[in-house]
Amino acid sequence: MRYSGLRVISEGLFGNKGWTPAWRDPEPKAEYDYVIIGGGGHGLSTAYYLAKNHGITNIAVLEKGYLGGGNVGRNTTIVRANYFLPGNQEFYSHSLKLWEGLEAELNYNVMHSQRGLINLFHSDGQRDAFARRGNAMINQGDDAELLDREGVRRYLPYLDFDNSRFPIYGGLLHRRGGTARHDAVAWGYARGADQRGVDLIQNCEVTGIDIEDGRVRGVQTTRGAIKAKKIGIIVAGRSGQVAEMAGIRLPIESHILQAFVTEGLKPVIDHVVSFGMGHFYISQSDKGGLVFGGDLDFYSSYAARGNLPMVEHVMEAGMTLMPMIGKAKVLRSWGGIMDMTPDGSPIIDKTDVGGLYIDCGWNYGGFKAVPASGWCMAHLMATGEPHAVARRFRLDRFATGHLLDEEGTGSQHNLH
Amino acid sequence: MRITCPLCGARDRREFTYYGDAVYADRPGADAAPEAWDAYLHLRDNPAGETRDLWYHEMGCSAWIEVTRNTVTHAVLSSRLLAERGTGGPSGGDISGKMKPAVKRRGKPA
Repeated sequence: MRYSGLRVISEGLFGNKGWTPAWRDPEPKAEYDYVIIGGGGHGLSTAYYLAKNHGITNIAVLEKGYLGGGNVGRNTTIVRANYFLPGNQEFYSHSLKLWEGLEAELNYNVMHSQRGLINLFHSDGQRDAFARRGNAMINQGDDAELLDREGVRRYLPYLDFDNSRFPIYGGLLHRRGGTARHDAVAWGYARGADQRGVDLIQNCEVTGIDIEDGRVRGVQTTRGAIKAKKIGIIVAGRSGQVAEMAGIRLPIESHILQAFVTEGLKPVIDHVVSFGMGHFYISQSDKGGLVFGGDLDFYSSYAARGNLPMVEHVMEAGMTLMPMIGKAKVLRSWGGIMDMTPDGSPIIDKTDVGGLYIDCGWNYGGFKAVPASGWCMAHLMATGEPHAVARRFRLDRFATGHLLDEEGTGSQHNLH
Repeated sequence: MRITCPLCGARDRREFTYYGDAVYADRPGADAAPEAWDAYLHLRDNPAGETRDLWYHEMGCSAWIEVTRNTVTHAVLSSRLLAERGTGGPSGGDISGKMKPAVKRRGKPA
């Protein structure tokens, strides 16, 4: 079924009786060409682009819970392409371009809103670093504008500009940055993949990976054995556990990252604002809730919920930056399981096991990467070669020293 | 989350700085193979369940401790001084002088 405004009106006139489910609920077959483990944003987009770009449709996406129930449903929905390092830059640039055409591509309203992202800076040195980053973004072909203090004030008059510890010197404006409706991205890719014949199988947990003579043969699941010629592991925070089924130890530690949303308010924050010095960033959802977050709790965790010290820290940072939000009531908070790599950059690569591929290590930045991650993982699985914009996301880069340390803090698990 | 320091008793998590998996205490010898360094610095079991990691009682007695805790429930099960655990590893060497808690990151390119 094709969605359109006309369709909404005509269904509304006739009792909404014509809508059909957005995707099928098939029984798993005994064998597929490709099996994708993980029905989140990255897994679903991989399946979609395998079908769309490479004509491979005998695919199953195996999801242990429900589609989009992991990090793609638990993030703060920010989409941007403001990376600095070659290797990251071209990848996120590609991803943002895919975002810009995503709704037409999927015939699905993902509510992509390029409302502009402003990263604040608070010292001369930080201004220089942001100017350099902005120039790198422009050289890559993306957009960046360095705002001075008055420039920021024009857009964000409600900030506390004279904060004694972190006075606002200016900001880096990335106009094409913004937000999207997180669930809709998963649903749009799921529907698109399903329409092309991909089987989306929910409540199907992979319990083992069958390997013979160094090649994958299939998977064991809670819904029976499924044979496959190629398998992709795309399970975010659970990467370590699934890779272990294939005897692989990953350079990943799973950490908790919390996020918060307030009650719905009238439009008050028009942009995505990040306050790096205070570990705080915020935007307002279309429903009106202020969506904000901070930093990791900084200990390994699979709890999908955090502890109070980081809650307090984030609230303090928010009040420091924009005291006006003090009366907004927090509705809820939640945590996502972040697959943290030592250098803070992701992995899209083949493994030493034939036919087994892995897409993981998205740290706290996986949402914006969903389109390009699927695009590049599909390319890798279909052709056996890394895609040009993801060729540095190698699994072995920690051993070889070819790191992608965007923050320049080092390559160790407690640094990112 | 409260962590039990063997010297100070149960204390607020904020008094402690997390260092990472206890594998960090088992530093390879200087002549170890690159694979051993990769395993030490990067590769992790990353268990969902019981894990052992290193914490520094920075706002307390300055002890390095090894904490056994559950990563799914956040329950802290036990702890002991790193000095008692020892810093075995292939080198068997004392690394106490080489371990400093990392400087916390200041801002990320959000």
